[in-house]
Amino acid sequence: MNRTIRRRVTSQAWLGFMYLLTVLALIPLGLVLWFTAAKGFQPASHIEFYTNVFRPVGVPGAGVKHAIVGTLALVGVASLLAIPIGVLGGIFLAEYGQTRWAGWVRLSSDVLVGTPSIAVGLFIYAILVAPLHHFSALSGSVALAVLMLPIVVRTAEGSVALIPNGLRESGLALGLPRWRVSLHLILPAAAPGVITGALLSVARASGETAPLLFTAFGNQIFSLDLTHPVQALPLTVYQYALTPYKSLQDQAWGAALVLVVMVLAINLISRWVLRRQIALAGQM
Amino acid sequence: MGTAAATETASITLTRRPPDRFRTITAIVAGAAPLVLVLFVLVLTQGSEPALRRFGLGFLVGREWNPPIDAFGALPAIFGTVASSLISLVIALPIGVAVAIILAEPGHSSIRGVIGTGIELLAAIPSVVYGIWTLYVLSPWSYEHIEVPVSARFGFIGWLSQPEVRSLFNASLVLAVMILPTLTAISRDVVRAVPRGLKENSMALGATWWETTWHVILPSARAGIFGATILALGRALGETIAVTMAIGNRYWIPPSVFQPAYTLASVIANEFTEASGAIHQAALIELGLVLILVTLIVNVVALLLVRSVSRETRITA
Repeated sequence: MNRTIRRRVTSQAWLGFMYLLTVLALIPLGLVLWFTAAKGFQPASHIEFYTNVFRPVGVPGAGVKHAIVGTLALVGVASLLAIPIGVLGGIFLAEYGQTRWAGWVRLSSDVLVGTPSIAVGLFIYAILVAPLHHFSALSGSVALAVLMLPIVVRTAEGSVALIPNGLRESGLALGLPRWRVSLHLILPAAAPGVITGALLSVARASGETAPLLFTAFGNQIFSLDLTHPVQALPLTVYQYALTPYKSLQDQAWGAALVLVVMVLAINLISRWVLRRQIALAGQM
Repeated sequence: MGTAAATETASITLTRRPPDRFRTITAIVAGAAPLVLVLFVLVLTQGSEPALRRFGLGFLVGREWNPPIDAFGALPAIFGTVASSLISLVIALPIGVAVAIILAEPGHSSIRGVIGTGIELLAAIPSVVYGIWTLYVLSPWSYEHIEVPVSARFGFIGWLSQPEVRSLFNASLVLAVMILPTLTAISRDVVRAVPRGLKENSMALGATWWETTWHVILPSARAGIFGATILALGRALGETIAVTMAIGNRYWIPPSVFQPAYTLASVIANEFTEASGAIHQAALIELGLVLILVTLIVNVVALLLVRSVSRETRITA
């Protein structure tokens, strides 16, 4: 009897310990969000922060408009490159996934997801920056697209594969060609999942610093020219945080806050889209 | 006669299935992923050729990094990369597995939903935000409350002495936070994939929750958790920005975990745009080549492990 009690107590103790570790795992999330909000609120609460660009240390009214616009441009162009290719690739994997070629596509996408982003920066530098002799927004977008592509491919595959075969067969039975079935029947039905994947890839790309260091490079003035260097929010945080000037460090925290709000908002929206799909699938 | 031949061809084209051009097009577009991967390795190999030819395999064991005299060896960077990743795994693995076990338990789905969302948001926070947080919050705190007390008590052990704010240990600490979501998500799926019958049998025999978890669930999930660990290792090896902001960037093999170090990714991030010559640039690209070859191998091994586990459980279940 004593032994049974001891075993039960041991079990409960371990269970409690595991809950404790779980709480411990969530503490960093709370701390990161808290400090970013607390230290970033002051600089990010001025309207000039969003309407002005870099100003030398000591000159008041500096802002990060160039970085915000730069990030939007970089990620926008990267999305135009990665999302169509990724979605078509995902459709291929879901619809013709049993072939050997599909196996290679799947493996290389999975491997590409885990590839260090700094190495992607080196790669794009070697093929797009070095031959043209200057850094450019376009090369930054291509680097981000390389990082987004495998995420879009795999999530698109996952959501297309979830669509019941009946829909596919009824389309084919009506005499529709395969491409119309895939693009006009299956893809709309799978849209929430595909959009979720695309949004997640956008969120990841918005926060990437390393691949932009030798491609988009950074720029202290406002630029929308794709053939010129451009600033991005993560670059701003990185560069300003490492300076010894308090005013720039404050701006770094402000930019970090803007970045976190942006990335978390995209994440929460994508979650909401996905929940809608699950609700829809429940009705089917 | 001409009409007869024409009708015959027509009937043949009617019965034969038209080639599936959509399949061909999507197959070609899907080729973007393998193409990028192959190009990636080729381009970095080509870019590092001057360094490869000049230093050969000696590059991997050389300890000096001195651009003005063109002396380049990768060993300290390789050491820093591997050491920071392994220390972060030691910290994150028990926590990640514990969270995975808690998340895979049945019941209390709302609490588990909140925990799961929290862990996933941990993965969503950009690396550079972890970087600035480590630089101004985590490192000073860890220096004061972990490094100094530990080295005061255990400093007689060489590798626990001489604490500094920027250190290998603090870089490992932030890495541990960053790989936790990878570790947790995959371990949770693996633990969930353990056939329910196994657990129920164990409980029916009178084993407690902990005995079932420790003796039944964890052993059958072992291979998958190992795969998750290796996948997380791959992430840790390649993490750049947060580590660069925490590790102190000193090119040496540190005598203590509380001393500054350097990683492959950090050297590239810091020096590439200011590379002082062709050999310097080639040496940096070769560091990148070493980094992606190592992560490629680590990732493929991990993926095969995780896949074989999910196949196995599908068969046994």
